[in-house]
Amino acid sequence: MIASGSWAKASFKPYNFNSEGVLPPSGALHPLNKVREEFRQIFFSMGFTEMPTNQYVESGFWNFDTLFVPQQHPARDLQDTFFLKDPAVAKPPKDKEYWENTKAVHEGGAFGSIGYRYPWRGEESLRTVLRTHTTAVSAYMLKKLAADPKPTRLFSIDKVFRNEAVDATHLAEFHQVEGVIADYDVTLGDLIGFMEQFFEKMGVHGCRFKPTYNPYTEPSMEIFAWHQGLGKWVEIGNSGMFRPEMLEPMGLPKNMRVLGWGLSLERPTMIKYGVSNIRELLGHKVNLDFIESNPAARLDEDIF
Amino acid sequence: MPTIAVDKEDLFNLLGKKYTNDEFDQLCFQFGIEVDEDTTEEVKGTDERPQLKIEIAANRYDMLCIEGIAQALNEYLGNVQPPTFKYSPAKPQTSLTIKQSTIPIRPYACAAILRNIKFTQRSYDSFIALQDKLHTNLCRNRTLVAMGTHDLDTLKPPFTYEALPPSEIKFAPLNQTKVMDANEIMEFYENDKNLGRYLHIIKDSPVYPVILDSERTVASMPPIINSNHSKITLETRNVFLDITATDKTKAEIVVNQLVAMFSQYCDEPFTVEPVQIISEHNEQTRICPNLKPRVLSAEASYINSCLALKLSREEMCKLLKKMALAAVPSKTDDNLIDVTIPITRPDVLHQCDIMEDVGIAYGFDNLVKTLPRTAATVGQPLPINKVGDIFRNASAQSGWSEVMPLTLCSHDENFANLKNPDDSLAVKLANPKTVEYQVVRTTLIPGILKTIKENKNHALPIKVFETGDIVYKDDSERGASNQRNWCAAYAGKTSGFELVQGLLGKIMQTFRTPWLAEPKNGEKGYWIEQDDSRKMFFPGRGARVLYRAKKGEKEQEVGYIGVLHPEVVTKFDLTFAVSVVEINAEVFL
Repeated sequence: MIASGSWAKASFKPYNFNSEGVLPPSGALHPLNKVREEFRQIFFSMGFTEMPTNQYVESGFWNFDTLFVPQQHPARDLQDTFFLKDPAVAKPPKDKEYWENTKAVHEGGAFGSIGYRYPWRGEESLRTVLRTHTTAVSAYMLKKLAADPKPTRLFSIDKVFRNEAVDATHLAEFHQVEGVIADYDVTLGDLIGFMEQFFEKMGVHGCRFKPTYNPYTEPSMEIFAWHQGLGKWVEIGNSGMFRPEMLEPMGLPKNMRVLGWGLSLERPTMIKYGVSNIRELLGHKVNLDFIESNPAARLDEDIF
Repeated sequence: MPTIAVDKEDLFNLLGKKYTNDEFDQLCFQFGIEVDEDTTEEVKGTDERPQLKIEIAANRYDMLCIEGIAQALNEYLGNVQPPTFKYSPAKPQTSLTIKQSTIPIRPYACAAILRNIKFTQRSYDSFIALQDKLHTNLCRNRTLVAMGTHDLDTLKPPFTYEALPPSEIKFAPLNQTKVMDANEIMEFYENDKNLGRYLHIIKDSPVYPVILDSERTVASMPPIINSNHSKITLETRNVFLDITATDKTKAEIVVNQLVAMFSQYCDEPFTVEPVQIISEHNEQTRICPNLKPRVLSAEASYINSCLALKLSREEMCKLLKKMALAAVPSKTDDNLIDVTIPITRPDVLHQCDIMEDVGIAYGFDNLVKTLPRTAATVGQPLPINKVGDIFRNASAQSGWSEVMPLTLCSHDENFANLKNPDDSLAVKLANPKTVEYQVVRTTLIPGILKTIKENKNHALPIKVFETGDIVYKDDSERGASNQRNWCAAYAGKTSGFELVQGLLGKIMQTFRTPWLAEPKNGEKGYWIEQDDSRKMFFPGRGARVLYRAKKGEKEQEVGYIGVLHPEVVTKFDLTFAVSVVEINAEVFL
């Protein structure tokens, strides 16, 4: 028509512009992984290196003992942690001195600590578990750092496992976001200042910091942010300075201090997408239409 | 973290101030506790008293009751001085002899007497509730430590702690009138919701622990139950505490918390009558409880450095007073402060705990916000995650949707449903709560099929993929390692095999890996070869994926592709034809 010029004499039906058009056939990345990528970019922009968290099976040693979690701690209960039938037993770490240091700091009288004063059992330490937190890998990386202690920033976003009853907010597996800063003479003020900067990158302003207790950090702080929709302060993360009882047995110098913080990947994602049941976000029950029609995950865009 | 229910009015009376909700929230926040729930609205119009449910730190055993919460907050606010606990009388008047027979079952015991105590209904309830909280938290459901409380006036000291065959232990348990032997008692409580869960601690032992008075009257059979004979009531004036344990450190903590919290109700507040513990066989003879505070020295330079403060030692000591820690500058070292740690604070293990308390007393909000000085570190991704992302982006760009099923699955889903034999390479869980979680997957296929099943109403065809970790047992330190796999599936009215094959081609192209029509010529590339050994595929419709990383190198099998067997598809409740491809992503590292 264009070539012949007949269009000039033809009459055309009017278009209905009040329509959406034909959406293209397309693939999609998973909404949770899109948020994960946003977090990764924040970490990269702040100079963090991704940790090798592709290791779901851990020994009790790396998952608990190195983190100064005593062997009778409730987290090591069958009710909370997946223990393994096969392989049931791990090998001790290659560094025998580290093994002995860890035993000593639990039993007491080492590295300036009175310890927990109980008989520490090697067999308990070698029971295998599905890691309950990625901090097991952070401990492994910090131990490696002790060979050449220099300022380091590490992060990971990966799966962790808890033997929990499944409900709207709990699954037996979920993702933990974790950051670690090791530096000489780093301070609690640095942690607070850094946390504000970190959370500002995801659009969260005006955090508050509440003292709390974690077995492997002291001081420990829960991070709270104001949630406009809920009209209250909600906990968005946990943080602290790793205890000397964890770091000094590794051989890290006394003034090399380590800041750490963590949060779940699912929780901020659920808040952002208005998802009320975690099974609608992770696992096989997720609706494919939700995956395919999900917009870009811009964390800086009004997450709260 | 434990949550403690306290009477709101009582707490505010103890604090000497009627706080508004906001004021009290603020106070709790700064101290590091949290009001979980306020029942004021809920109990309106009933005769119940409003309660606050307060979440406390899991290591603050001194705050497991209203008495301790009020004491800690009052010291923090500067309202009160810390109490000084002392013996009255100064020397033990009675003893508890631990017999060697307890060694195999529950070897440690402590005791103490609260003399001339006066309970009210609410303080009595608090006393019982504290024991419950200690039993569930610190005592790990009575396995590590158990406590019993007795009306001392019903018993004839001195006491013995021994282990006897169940048939020789006879008494009427608490709130029962019938005298039974220990075997009958264990049977009696077998289905008891509360006590039934503790029976396992001693059940299979040939001897059971028992606390007896001088006339061999049973006071308690720890960790299960006290005798009705020595039951305490509101009117009890003299309380005998028995604590038995497998962990002696925690036993001491428990007896100290009990006397620290409730000796204030004695006619002479904060006095405790000591008990001589005789335990020669394991050198545990001592006077109990040990009320002597410990001294831990802390470096002022360390505290200032961690908190980025420039406090004098005197200022630190003043701040620590708010946290129940009495501290003085050391006379022999001008960098040290000597901190006296009361029996209520067994959580203080290291100078870092003292540093934190200086920080809390100073106020986290008042610290100067700074940034770590060394910022010049270089960020980089984990190599396998970078490879994984290439798979993910290429698959999505090809029109497939990413799914994220779970890593844990049932044994059948991973093996029998796929017609796979159990090759003993999968990690198996010891204590899952459901059959859904028996093994760590060794293939991504079950999760993908379950996702398709849950999305049966989605328009066909369904094209999904996952890049995720599977786990195989191996000889490494942990006995198992992850492997990153990529898997895609096409579900529709026809098998769509050529589309799955094409997606594999697209992925290979993205990784600069050409398809080889003539694999034998030794070029870098990939090809597929019919392979009927995998029974999950329809006969004649399964193939291996072979990959040669470099020219001239030997090829390796990196995965498989095929049309699933109808019996596999139906095991996952699907009625479509399904084609899948799964390969090991790590070959592209």
